[in-house]
Amino acid sequence: MSLKDQKTLRIVLAETPVQTRFETLQKLLENGYTVTCTTESGSVATESPNVLLIQKDSAPGHIVEQAESARVEREAVKQGEWKPWFPVIDYDRCTNCMQCLSFCLFGVYGVDQDHKIEVQNNDSCKTNCPACSRVCPEAAIMFPKYKTGPINGDIVTTADLQREKMKIDISALLGGDVYAMLRTRSERAQSRFSKERDPDKALKERQRCLVKLAEAGDIPAEVLMALPSPEEIAQRAETAKAKAAAALQNNSK
Amino acid sequence: MSKPKIIYCHCAYAQVVPKEVKEAVLRKLCEANVPFEAVADLCESSARRDPSLKRQVESGQIKIAACYPRAVKWLFAAAQAPLAPDATEVLNMRSQTADEIVERLLQPDLKSNLPTSQESGPKANQSAPL
Ligand code: SF4
Ligand code: SF4
Repeated sequence: MSLKDQKTLRIVLAETPVQTRFETLQKLLENGYTVTCTTESGSVATESPNVLLIQKDSAPGHIVEQAESARVEREAVKQGEWKPWFPVIDYDRCTNCMQCLSFCLFGVYGVDQDHKIEVQNNDSCKTNCPACSRVCPEAAIMFPKYKTGPINGDIVTTADLQREKMKIDISALLGGDVYAMLRTRSERAQSRFSKERDPDKALKERQRCLVKLAEAGDIPAEVLMALPSPEEIAQRAETAKAKAAAALQNNSK
Repeated sequence: MSKPKIIYCHCAYAQVVPKEVKEAVLRKLCEANVPFEAVADLCESSARRDPSLKRQVESGQIKIAACYPRAVKWLFAAAQAPLAPDATEVLNMRSQTADEIVERLLQPDLKSNLPTSQESGPKANQSAPL
């Protein structure tokens, strides 16, 4: 079931004593709930399948228990178990060039009925990998949980745009298929590992190699290790490119 | 006119929003005894297209304590709950202090600050050549 179709439960806290409000809120938020905190009982809508109303209860631990049992009973999803890492497009900047769509091998991007680029499968994105934001010529792709700007949503500067351009040039030099390059290099590191006599030395060498790759491309080592076989990469890249080409063709009609 | 609604984001990954800032903002909101909506993680709510976001946007003016206004603007848009540029003020827990944020949240006036297309920064075709 896609993320958008899963049921969630919202908690409405009415008249929670001020003394325990912070602790209650903190516990509920840490358990993934959205909480509406009201100060007057009269302003609260009645309960619905997606809303649990909790009134005048003072024990924070008890409130969380109540919320959890209502969530299970109503078959709502437990939030906070997936790290929400996915690209967010700034459409003020996006020119619909489809480079992100043809770059991503994991099917995160797609086009809507008007052939406009959109993020369709947020949960297929590889946690902590901001590679597609480097490919976007307009610096239009954000990952709000990224450490630095402009990928984190900070304002884009001219220097950022020049950096973005340089990344693209590098990828063009490599034949445009950064993933295939990374995969080959990571395999070379692996085969060196298997031939090594001294496992410690080999492990160190491999780690050094992966760290270098990760730093160069800003791609986490876990992502490199999880890449599919070269054949599958080639096949996925073809599919992504075909999707992008079809969208571009429709856009030019 | 009614006061702007308040949305607070608890950003589930404390390394991007300093823990002390988000906790101080939450504590002060609780102590101020004002109504507000708290989300565990606005990014996750956006990915799920949580109906709460749409409900808040449709309720009129809002002030949001989360992170960069440009990120917040497009997270709401991705959730199919676009923010009204003249009715939204975003406070940034990654770059502002808890005191500054709470002061703005509790003021009855609203200083809208969603970046426009021009304010998002120079575009690729406008930047100086390398
Ligand atoms: S690469 Fe950037 S500009 Fe091109 S479609 Fe993707 S987000 Fe838009
Ligand atoms: S919107 Fe910003 S503050 Fe909120 S969860 Fe996402 S990154 Fe964190």
